[in-house]
Amino acid sequence: MGHGGGGALSAELVEHLFLPAFGAAAAGAGLGDAAVVPVGGVRLAVSTDSYVVRPLFFPGGSIGELAVNGTVNDLAMAGARPLVLSTAFILAEGTALTELARVAEAMGRAAAAAGVRLVTGDTKVVDAGSGDGVFVNTTGLGVVDDGVDIRPEHARPDDVVIVSGDIGVHGVAVLSCREGLEFGTAVRSDTAPLHGLVAAMLATGADVHTLRDPTRGGVAATLNEIARAAGVGIEVTERALPIPAEVRDACGLLGLDPLYVANEGKLVAFVAPEHADRVLAAMRAHEHGRGAAVVGRCVAEHPGMVVARTGLGGTRVIDMPLGEQLPRIC
Amino acid sequence: MTRERRRFDVSGVVQGVGFRPFVYVTASALSLTGSVSNDSAGVVVEVEGEADAVAEFAVRLRTDAPPLAAVDSVRSRSLPVRGGTGFTIAASRHEPGGTRTLAAPDVATCADCLAELTDPADRRYRHPFVTCTNCGPRFTIITGLPYDRPATTMAGFPMCPACAREYADPADRRFHAQPIACHDCGPTVSLVRPGAPARTGADAIAAARAMLAAGAVLAVKGLGGYHLACDAADGRAVALLRRRKRRVAKPFAVMARDLDTARTLVAVGPAAEALLSGPRRPIVLLPRRPADGLADAVAPGNPDLGVLLPYTPLHVLLFGLPGDPAGPPVLVMTSGNLGGEPIVTDDVDARERLAPLVDGWLTHDRPIHVPCDDSVVRMVGDEELPVRRSRGYAPLPVALPVEVPATLAVGADLKNTFALARGRYAWLGQHIGEMDDLATLDAFTRAERHLEVLTGVDPAQLAADAHPAYRSAAWARRHADGRAVHPVQHHHAHVAAVMAEHGLSGGSPVIGIAFDGTGYGPDGAIWGGEVLLADYKGFHRFARLRYVPLPGGDAAVERPYRMALAHLAAAGVAWDASLPPVAACPPAELAVLRHQLDTGLNCVPTSSMGRLFDAVASLAGVRHVVDYEAQAAIELEGLARGAPPCDGYRFTVTDGCADPGPVIRDAAHDVAAGVPAAVIGARFHRAVTTLVVDLAVRARDHGAGTTVALTGGVFQNALLLAGARDALRDNGFTVLCHRQVPPNDGGLALGQVLVAASGPT
Ligand SMILES: [Fe+3]
Ligand SMILES: [Mg+2]
Ligand SMILES: [Zn+2]
Ligand SMILES: [Zn+2]
Repeated sequence: MGHGGGGALSAELVEHLFLPAFGAAAAGAGLGDAAVVPVGGVRLAVSTDSYVVRPLFFPGGSIGELAVNGTVNDLAMAGARPLVLSTAFILAEGTALTELARVAEAMGRAAAAAGVRLVTGDTKVVDAGSGDGVFVNTTGLGVVDDGVDIRPEHARPDDVVIVSGDIGVHGVAVLSCREGLEFGTAVRSDTAPLHGLVAAMLATGADVHTLRDPTRGGVAATLNEIARAAGVGIEVTERALPIPAEVRDACGLLGLDPLYVANEGKLVAFVAPEHADRVLAAMRAHEHGRGAAVVGRCVAEHPGMVVARTGLGGTRVIDMPLGEQLPRIC
Repeated sequence: MTRERRRFDVSGVVQGVGFRPFVYVTASALSLTGSVSNDSAGVVVEVEGEADAVAEFAVRLRTDAPPLAAVDSVRSRSLPVRGGTGFTIAASRHEPGGTRTLAAPDVATCADCLAELTDPADRRYRHPFVTCTNCGPRFTIITGLPYDRPATTMAGFPMCPACAREYADPADRRFHAQPIACHDCGPTVSLVRPGAPARTGADAIAAARAMLAAGAVLAVKGLGGYHLACDAADGRAVALLRRRKRRVAKPFAVMARDLDTARTLVAVGPAAEALLSGPRRPIVLLPRRPADGLADAVAPGNPDLGVLLPYTPLHVLLFGLPGDPAGPPVLVMTSGNLGGEPIVTDDVDARERLAPLVDGWLTHDRPIHVPCDDSVVRMVGDEELPVRRSRGYAPLPVALPVEVPATLAVGADLKNTFALARGRYAWLGQHIGEMDDLATLDAFTRAERHLEVLTGVDPAQLAADAHPAYRSAAWARRHADGRAVHPVQHHHAHVAAVMAEHGLSGGSPVIGIAFDGTGYGPDGAIWGGEVLLADYKGFHRFARLRYVPLPGGDAAVERPYRMALAHLAAAGVAWDASLPPVAACPPAELAVLRHQLDTGLNCVPTSSMGRLFDAVASLAGVRHVVDYEAQAAIELEGLARGAPPCDGYRFTVTDGCADPGPVIRDAAHDVAAGVPAAVIGARFHRAVTTLVVDLAVRARDHGAGTTVALTGGVFQNALLLAGARDALRDNGFTVLCHRQVPPNDGGLALGQVLVAASGPT
């Protein structure tokens, strides 16, 4: 079942299975990674995510860092200041406690680095047959400051599209570790909390319309989701995409497109054109945005579609990823 | 004798082809009175006179119709006698809501017009737009129906008195020739060069010829778009064009000045001659002569050369009339576009987008309404095999063996061609191309709208390939607007297309052998070496090639050595460093590929015959990385054609599964023994031919009948197609090959129409 792979099939499950099944109880819910709910004069951001990555430990991080940073980032992408996280573990019977301890320590370190507290939790053990090692769920709460309203549907024509740094690094790191492949230079996961970077961007006073962390399905999935949510076209410039040579080479060997590879410490921002320089400067001054680059813009044409301008001056269509990358050449 | 009055409603391709003058002349010769007019459904004739003469008229209406007409139906009914004198041609009537007449394709300059073009005494001597009711632009200049001058891009050129007289004279060859023009009133040719004043008229053409002779690359405005032209014998000019177009190896077509010149380039048989010089005038792929005098870079490594002859007066003048300063006798003529984008038609676009590619523009001010690329035909013996059905063919319909509801079939993602169908007709659009860029998707949308206007088909349902990632299918879903979108399996559509061309009603299934590169199978695998027992309703997958992992999606297609390594691994042949694909694969990639094949990482199982051709081509050391689709297979075929007779390799077939393992093992053995690639290629072609017959016999023994349909892009291979066809016939089979639409994905939409029409509604 390809429904967990991000992209078109996951969206389909939400739209055609969960939302109808939830009925009135899901009123106002959408496809977003985080929800913003007003509670007694405060706008509270809520997000939840389950982490199933294999292997548990990989160059640059582990499932522990991902579980903290992933949820922190989902809150940050709604413009929220993350405050607290819950942690829930599902363990396969027979999981080594030393492994679990390493994961938990990684979570503690990541939470401290991100400035969030781990306030509640739960642990369940399942038959070894039904699980494999450690799965982690985290739910996060954060607060959205007054005047901040960042959502996928706010992207609009002429917005400048910025990515915060090199893309495809995390996915290639995990893949190479899992598959025992060597791609020359070691590629390390880029997992990082991004709310500090977001705060620096918002502190410029710029009109930031949309933020998203391009995790599963990579930059391609993120851009397609935003194009559809906002009803805009998106045009990226192929040559402007920051793709490190080792990522490019690894993808070339495997027959993958770096645009579809997951990232964990990167964001994509849609910013009003008159503020783009200011935001870019603020990003580059921040440790998690040093490689920030303008990669494209929103257009009124071809709403819902993402295209890449090629070196030849053509415009290649960037599809929403499906489960696998199937060849289309006949 | 009794007098009689009769009305005839003629439908088909009957407008813009000289049908009304023909009716006028015929009626007058039989001393009949009455009238003829166009309406949106075709031509309406009323004649009155002696009963015998009316009967004779009814016969001649069908038998003597003008060459470009294709009469589809004639309905006649008796009317009360009215009297009157003379025969008149009435103005066009357009009745809203009626069925449409069929628009004509663009037609190469006819012999009469050519004679005027070259006759110093004629008033159209050297007129670059000479045309008549028998020739000239149609499809690409028609903006609406009925086909009258205001509904063409000639609307902006008011006729001079002399042209107007010819246009109005029923006895004239130019009677109601909508694109009629002359030096006084027609469009103007101009030559534009950066930093030089523009030249117009004869001066422009002479200067353009001189530029080509000096090694320049020019954009030349044709019927369906701009070409890029240069001297095909000038190695530097061809290399310059390749560099600017960033096209490494894909063959260029060449336009030869005349048939005699063409004969110096390629072997031209009688059937090829008729095609080359006929009204449709496609690019014909023909075996190259060893010393053709052309630059190597024109079609590197290719055993065939695509040749066409001038099809507009401007082309003729560009080569020069007798006495003109000589220019190149053979020009490269390739589509004026940027890698992968549609052919450029708009003048402003041409000036901007083609600027980095050319040294100048030979252009004119008659707008092109819709793009239309040159058609491509391959000769298999004396039989015509369509490779790309476009200019000269589009929008002629294909007659269908069964009634279909109004349907839009969107075709495939490569070589895209769509089809509109209703009743007993499918109108195939022009070649759209690869659906991977936005400009192509836009071109698809515009072409589809245009053909809806020309045909009046308002689709009630859509048909699309079942591939989940096809952009053509996504287009169909985006534009469905509540209408059903029928998913059609790729190879089922291929087989249905051949069946439809041959008029099969679908009552009994055929043995459909569909060999191509890639098609999505309902099991999630990539199919492409299929034997389907199929009718329009459905199919049974009777046999297939054994699955091997396709490592890395499109990467495996672009790098045939990956397919060779996958097949070697599947056949249990060690990756010895002396084998060409092993040597061609960088060591790091070799390790990763081994891991991918062992674990299935980013691998999809495939039964593709096209990929097997790639694998064998790489194994034989012919080609490891391709620059254009099917390059490896084409080069392998070319070598195999020159090989001495030899035994074939053998597939083993068990339980409907054809295992290429023995073929790969024997080929690897031959490679190690130093057998020439040509022989390996020939032995492989024989193996596939034998496999086709073997599988067909098994299907027949299984009770599947005796009709075999050969389809899929692999059957563009002339050596394989001719071999399989002949061997099947020798074994008592009836063989259906493509004649009207290409065996490649350019023919897919036709099959989609039939399958969608037979499926659940
Ligand atoms: Fe195909
Ligand atoms: Mg998430
Ligand atoms: Zn003519
Ligand atoms: Zn005139």
